[in-house]
Amino acid sequence: MKITTKLWIGLVVLICLSPLGLLIPDHFKAGAAWGEWGAEEMEKLVGYIPKGLEKLSSLWSAPMPDYAFKGWEEKGMAHLSFAYIASAVVGIAIIFLAVFFLGKLLARKKE
Amino acid sequence: MHIPDGYLGPVTSGIFYAAMVPIWAIASKTVNKTLKAKQVPLLAIGAAFSFVIMMFNVPIPGGTTGHAVGGALVAILLGPWAACIAVTVALVVQALLFGDGGITAIGANCFNMAFVAVFTGYYLYKLISRKAPAASNRRMIAAGIAAYVGLNIAALAAGIEFGLQPLMHHTADGQALYCPYGLNVAVPAMLGEHLLVFGWVEAVVTALVVKYLQKQDASLLGADEGVKA
Repeated sequence: MKITTKLWIGLVVLICLSPLGLLIPDHFKAGAAWGEWGAEEMEKLVGYIPKGLEKLSSLWSAPMPDYAFKGWEEKGMAHLSFAYIASAVVGIAIIFLAVFFLGKLLARKKE
Repeated sequence: MHIPDGYLGPVTSGIFYAAMVPIWAIASKTVNKTLKAKQVPLLAIGAAFSFVIMMFNVPIPGGTTGHAVGGALVAILLGPWAACIAVTVALVVQALLFGDGGITAIGANCFNMAFVAVFTGYYLYKLISRKAPAASNRRMIAAGIAAYVGLNIAALAAGIEFGLQPLMHHTADGQALYCPYGLNVAVPAMLGEHLLVFGWVEAVVTALVVKYLQKQDASLLGADEGVKA
């Protein structure tokens, strides 16, 4: 088996296991990463929402916010785990293809 | 370590975009000269690996979460400039598609994770593993140490970027406009949690993958130094 095939199998295993990155922090009641709080959490932390942060924090509306589907914020962990796996698949597909074609383009020019 | 929109003021955001433009340009030029066509699939897999490993949030119980990045690993296998491109693509997709890391902070996030972590990790790995056989334990340990230090220097950089904001931007009555925590809070928080927890995750993940690759195809390690497998 080629090494790239083996690594792909590894990626598929990681995709399947990815909900652990959601479930384990939830189990241990861990919050956001340091410095990645939303505007409301920030208000709880320091008592106010910094004005620039308030303006900029809603600058971009991502199509799959927080590795979930829009409107799924209130769904349970089973739904969110499914969305997490879907996000991993979509993300890996786009990133693999982008780097693959960028790499081909860069590697080709010199030959 | 994905700084969101609104935490960095326009000056900081602009400076890091400006800093990354020449880095991306040199990366393209260097990869153009050095990357072989047969290495491209591995680079793309490396970028995908970096993306998915960042989804494995590790909790500090009752506290924050963090994760490995995998940038040093890609740099060890394919060189720092190729790794810079791979991690950049992962970070841009995370920001645009998943809202993980801000649009305005792409420059800073790429500087920390696609440049600082990658280059620190790469050169430390070279320094420690120097001329060691490709399949040696020394290389595996070098990779783990390099990844640990690389991620921590990146966390330090992020802490400084956060911590400078209240000094640079605040209202007349002292309220911060962007990140409200100064250097005295942001640097110990970012560095501390990475030194104690997330850096170790990065080290173990990197060392394990290097060990696996040594068993599968040791020629992937140290080929550019002319070391035999």
